[in-house]
Formats: sequence, structure tokens, C-alpha cells
Amino acid sequence: MSEKYSVEFRNLVKVFGDSVILDNLNFGIHRGKITTILGFSGAGKTTLMKHILGLVMPTEGEVIVLDQVINHLGELELREFRRNFGMVFQYAALFDFLTSYENVAFPLREFTKMNEDEIREKVMGLLESVGISPQAAKRLPSELSGGMRKRVGLARGLALDPHIMLYDEPTSGLDPITTHTVYDLMRDTHRRNEHRGFTSIIISHDIHATLKYSDYIVFMEKGKVVEHLDVETFKKSENPVIRRFLEL
Amino acid sequence: MSIKEIAESRVIDLGDSVLRQLKGLGDFTNFTLKTIFWTFKPPFRLKLLFEQMYFMGNKSVFIIFLTSIFTGAVFAFQIYLGFKAINADSFIGPIVTIALAKELAPVLSGLVVAGRCGAAMAAQIGSMKVTEQIDALEVMGINSYQYLAVPRILGAMLSMPLLSGIFLLIGYWGSWLIGVKVIQIDEMMYTQKIGEFMNLGMVAEGIIKATVFGYLIGIIGTYQGFNVTGGAEGVGKGTNMAVVWGMITVLVVDFFLTSFLAKIL
Ligand SMILES: Nc1ncnc2c1ncn2[C@@H]1O[C@H](COP(=O)(O)OP(=O)(O)O)[C@@H](O)[C@H]1O
Ligand SMILES: [Mg+2]
Repeated sequence: MSEKYSVEFRNLVKVFGDSVILDNLNFGIHRGKITTILGFSGAGKTTLMKHILGLVMPTEGEVIVLDQVINHLGELELREFRRNFGMVFQYAALFDFLTSYENVAFPLREFTKMNEDEIREKVMGLLESVGISPQAAKRLPSELSGGMRKRVGLARGLALDPHIMLYDEPTSGLDPITTHTVYDLMRDTHRRNEHRGFTSIIISHDIHATLKYSDYIVFMEKGKVVEHLDVETFKKSENPVIRRFLEL
Repeated sequence: MSIKEIAESRVIDLGDSVLRQLKGLGDFTNFTLKTIFWTFKPPFRLKLLFEQMYFMGNKSVFIIFLTSIFTGAVFAFQIYLGFKAINADSFIGPIVTIALAKELAPVLSGLVVAGRCGAAMAAQIGSMKVTEQIDALEVMGINSYQYLAVPRILGAMLSMPLLSGIFLLIGYWGSWLIGVKVIQIDEMMYTQKIGEFMNLGMVAEGIIKATVFGYLIGIIGTYQGFNVTGGAEGVGKGTNMAVVWGMITVLVVDFFLTSFLAKIL
């Protein structure tokens, strides 16, 4: 296993129609760290994340995740492989026909042979760790606030003990205070799983939270990586685009 | 612009539109093949299938009830008005029943189910698409066609013959009310004539049609759902398309199916 990186992009190019969305990316995401992919809207961040999951295939180049070239995997292998990931979506993407409890239980029912008691214990543990009460567990997503939905989404993403957690703009649409609780939660989750090489990848355009919570920052613009630095070096970057972002 | 330029741009527009239609057809074929493939691949989600059947029955049975009783009644009455002049009003029973079994029950049930369930499929799947719930399924390694489309398509295929059967029975009852209770045709004669003219092939024709319509409504509804783009407005558009195409398809396919079944039954 590559000790350094859990995800690597090699000469990654993605073209949609006739626009180049990802323009020859070459970099790795550090294992066991929190990396934030930062950039303005339309920079290609979500597309990059979908490449990590194998939901979108590269036009050229390779995506290597946990030492597997995932764009060479077959459909069924890929589905199997996706259990290494947990993902929290921009608007949580909870299944609207299931309660919070059932949302978190869903991956366990699908992919493990746990019995009802084991599932209950695991789900209630996960929900407690993200601060969801047993009463709220019985509610449908439509009856929860935005922040609570994100928490349930996080619990669901963690259900199968993933190696890599992906967050796509996890705090968009949240107020500043809830934003920080969600970030605290992401950091706590990371710390709790750090010992097993747990990698967190966050997409964001929130510069302040990013500087506070990340280990590494990848700054993207128009499909290119402008900088890939640890936080302290990033703060001192002389790059004019980044300076502009930092001064926001 | 010169005439030549205008003509050129028209030809290009036409070409684009043809290409778009062809691409749409290609996408639809691709979708159809995928759903067939995933129907036969485990895990078989029987629970989801039964949930869908229950949902569809629940959503349409009351409207089927109303539609069928009035269809049977009004049809019986019209036949009576037409046939009494030639003293053939005793044929009301078989004419209405045969028409119900072969045409009215499957086609009208199909229109109701396209309106109620085809629309619901497109709306549910479409809103899951725009809120990334389908991505969430895929990220977990679950095939969204198998999880969302297959139970709905099979559910519609199995529900439609049942609903069409209900339509036939209640429609018959409606015609009986008019024929026997209102027009006062002798009850024995009314039912006996039906026995003389009806056969099992006619019932089979209705069942086959209903099953085919169910399949078509299911595949159109789910396809429209998966193809929703761009927010709530897109969901509305997809829902609308599901209803319109579902209904048109039922009516058009009914014609060809009738001529085909006439040869084999
Ligand atoms: N499936 C797709 N087909 C065509 N264009 C796409 C598709 N997905 C994304 N794009 C385009 O790629 C660009 C980057 O999108 P995205 O990765 O979502 O950016 P970000 O997440 O940084 O806002 C956008 O211009 C978007 O329109
Ligand atoms: Mg995005």
C-alpha cells in the first residue's frame, strides 16, 4: 500500500462535450489527513470527487484509490470497491422515504449480515456520536432541520467503517454556528478513525473553516490545480488568485 | 442573410433535431436493456415489488371503480338506445361484456394507471435524482435501476391485469344494473347470452393487453424519472411527459396489439 497517498490522480483529463472540465491533474491526497478541495463554483471540484468514486470515468489518465486503478475496474468490482467510501452530500441526500434510523441502517441491511439487535446497537451508536436524539431518529428527513440532516447523512456515511470519507460542500445552506458544529463533527470523526489511516476529503468554498480544520488544501480553478499545500504554507501563498480568496 | 444561408441553417437545425430524437431513442433503448438485465440479476427485491404493487393498487383502485361502473352503465344504455329499434336489446349483455374484456378494461385502466402511477414513478425517481439520492444509492454500490426501476416496472406489469380485472367485473356490474334493473331485460337471458358469445380467448386478450400496458407505463414512467434534470421544474416536466407518453403509448400500442392478437387468439 502506498503509505503516503490514499488517492492519486495521474494525467487526469475530463472532457464534457467540448469543454475541458479537468485539465491534466497530477497529485495525491495524503493518507490519514484532512484535505480540502477549495475553489470557486464551477471549478470542477464535484467532478473530481465523482472520479474518486468511479461515478464519472476519466477521458484520459488514471485515478488510483487505495492502490487500485479504479478506472480499470469492472462494473461489479467497482460497486464492491465503493464500500471503502463514505460520502456526505451537499444537501445530505437522505432517502426521503425512510426515517433517520432507517437511513443509517440502510447500508448495514444491504451489505452486512447483522441481525436486528446488532443493527440497532450500531445505528443508535452512530446517531449518538453525531448528536441525533432517539426521538429524532424516528423522524423522516422532511421533518428535520438542514443541520440535523447533515448529521444523519454523516452517520449513514460512517455506517460501513469507510477508509475514505468524502464531503461535498457539507455546510452549504447552514448558518455560521451550525457550520462550525458540522466541521467540529467532521474533525472529531476524523480523529476517532485516524489510527486506521482514515482520510477525509472535503469540498468547500468556505475559506475560514478550511483554514481552521484542514491539514492540506488543494486550490482549483477552471479545472486546474493552482496550489496543493499544507495549511501553513497555503496561508503564506503569494499566488494572486489565492490571495484574492484569502482576503474574502 | 441570403436565401442560401437561411436554407443551410434550416437544414442544420433539422439535422440537429433528428440527431436529438435519435439520441433520445438510443438512450431509451439503452435504459430498457439495462432494466431487463438488472431484472434477472440477484438480489431480487420482492419486498420492494410488493410495496410498489400495493402503492399502485391503492393509488388507482378507487378511480378504476368509478370509471368502470359508469363506463359499463353508459355503454349498456347506449347500446340499448341503438339496438331497441331492431329489437336486439337482448344483446346488450354480450356486447358490453366483450367490449369491456377486450378493450375498455385494459385501455381505460391503462389510462388511469398512466395518469396516477406513471406520474408518481417519474415524480418520485425524478426528485430522488435532483436531490442526489440516486447518487447516494450508487455511491453505496447499489444499482439504482435495480433498486428503483425494476420493482416499479414489474409492479405495474403485475398490477395492471389485476386492476383491469376489477374494471371488467365492476363494469359488468354497472351494465347489469342498467340492463336488468333499469331496462328490465330478463336476468336469465342477460347472463345466458353472455355465456353464448364470450370465450376465454377474449379474457386472455384483456389480460395480455393489460400486462403489456403495465410494462410500457412502468418503463416510460421510470425512464422519465431518471432523465429529470435541473430542480423542481425538471421534476414537473418529467412527470408531465410520463403521463402524456404513457397515455399515447397505451392507445397506439392497443391498436397494433389488437390486430396481432386477432391472429393468434
Ligand atoms: N455531467 C456533466 N455534463 C456536462 N457538463 C458537466 C457535467 N458535470 C459537470 N459539468 C460541468 O463541469 C463544470 C464543473 O462542474 P462541477 O465539478 O460541479 O464544479 P464545482 O463542484 O467546482 O462547482 C461545470 O461547468 C459544469 O457545468
Ligand atoms: Mg460542486
